[in-house]
Amino acid sequence: MTAPLRSRPVGWPRRLAHGGLILVALVFLVLFLLLPLATVFVEAFRQGIAAYVVAIKQPEALAAIRLTLIVAAIAVPLNLIFGIAAAWAMTRFEFRGKALLGALIDLPFSVSPVISGLVYVLLFGAQGWFGPWLDAHGVKIIFAVPGLVLATIFVTLPFVARELIPLMQAQGSEEEQAARVLGASGWQMFFRVTLPNIRWALLYGVLLCNARAMGEFGAVSVVSGHIRGLTTTMPLEVEMRYNEYDYVGAFAVASLLALLALITLAAKTLLEWRYGDEIAAHAPGGH
Amino acid sequence: MRHRVLPGFGISLGYALAYLGLIVLLPLAALGWKASGIGIAGLTHLLGAPRTLAALRLSIGGALLAALFNVVIGLLVGWVLVRYRFPGRRLFDALVDLPFALPTAVAGIALSTLYAPNGWLGQWLEPLGIKVAYTPLGVFVAMVFVGFPFVVRTLQPVLASLERDVEEAAESLGAQRWQTFFRVILPMLAPTLLTGFALALARAMGEYGSVIFIAGNLPMHSEIAPLLIVQKLEQFDYAGAAALGAVMLLLSFALLVMVSLLQRWSGRWAERTR
Repeated sequence: MTAPLRSRPVGWPRRLAHGGLILVALVFLVLFLLLPLATVFVEAFRQGIAAYVVAIKQPEALAAIRLTLIVAAIAVPLNLIFGIAAAWAMTRFEFRGKALLGALIDLPFSVSPVISGLVYVLLFGAQGWFGPWLDAHGVKIIFAVPGLVLATIFVTLPFVARELIPLMQAQGSEEEQAARVLGASGWQMFFRVTLPNIRWALLYGVLLCNARAMGEFGAVSVVSGHIRGLTTTMPLEVEMRYNEYDYVGAFAVASLLALLALITLAAKTLLEWRYGDEIAAHAPGGH
Repeated sequence: MRHRVLPGFGISLGYALAYLGLIVLLPLAALGWKASGIGIAGLTHLLGAPRTLAALRLSIGGALLAALFNVVIGLLVGWVLVRYRFPGRRLFDALVDLPFALPTAVAGIALSTLYAPNGWLGQWLEPLGIKVAYTPLGVFVAMVFVGFPFVVRTLQPVLASLERDVEEAAESLGAQRWQTFFRVILPMLAPTLLTGFALALARAMGEYGSVIFIAGNLPMHSEIAPLLIVQKLEQFDYAGAAALGAVMLLLSFALLVMVSLLQRWSGRWAERTR
């Protein structure tokens, strides 16, 4: 996409300026983004592969991995269903307060992670609205797995909806209306027309949602209570090990999360290259 | 009311509203309720406390500076990625999203290790008298890290759609390259840059995970507001935590409103210049 109508040839002073700008940009990207990433892996393997494997295989680490997977396995599908429902209502029907609903869906992105956890403590904690009632019935939400799941759902709520709404808006509903007129039932229309049309955007949203769900720290930190092996997800295990000066252990678990980030980035980039049109323009946001 | 061909209005809207109500609105109502329990006197006491003021100043001031820095470097990186061709461009372009994808705790311990006095970068900065780790400067570095992608990603589509003939016209009329940039290109980008600035600012203001490891968290010096909320919770000061949380929430809502107004403004701008 170089300028087709550039009339003047590019002289050497300008080429030098281009080179200088490229150099500054790359130096920044390397120093600020690539170096932290490299640090994670270098520190993780500082004492060799054997120490790395030992650090990963410790029971607390394995418990943290398991818990992280469980939390994501609950939070992501729930937000997926919500995203489809919200996008369907917002892009296929006209109703009052639509703009407000859109703002509400985006809201969790503008809330500090700590506050996302805090609100659930105030709701379900010992001094919270439902605290005494829950206590009387022996239900534990805060400092337990349900709290982790709730905080994670809150933080990752917008991802899927946010990818789907602009795409479904742009696609319009003509194909779906045609399917209905030709006699398709609601579910037939959804599975044979709507879903194939949005599948790549859906995958894209799920990918981002999952990465954030597994990596969330601030919100789960507030509701977790840091009970080792029971309520510590991988990011919390990283924190605890780091604070105990177990750097190899901390970076070993961190390297798994960094790997997840790299896989997410690669898959995301691949989706953008291959199915860019089917994912459509998405607004930048708090991913 | 016209006949609807498409099914599922009631169930999809009802489900979305119920879900939002339970997950977002009810908890936020609890925050508002608990925060209001502190009263006006309690609020002035809380906000008047030197430690609260210092934390808010660091979170807001640091986020402002980081967002400003990100606008400059984000414009440069976005420009280079959109306008120039060089080996590895697509790889670097994908790398821009790293702060979105990398869990904040991981970024936090990595930055902290990198800038510690014996770290890869810290060992070169320390002899120069530049202390990054465990100082407000470290808070700034972490805030730059988390806010960086917002500016670049907001800017890129706009940069790509800029009409080259405007620049050509300016240059054929005798404008220097820098004049074209500051008088023609920059004014066209201004609304987008402001949006990116606000997004980066909102993110940095509430950031927790990537900051607390590098900050050192000394009260009055390098303690951020979200950490103060956590501290209050740990001391069972629920009302104080809720009130401080509500204050920060209102600040980011104000920003959110600003962003949407700016987006509307830049949309109108784009229409007018088309």
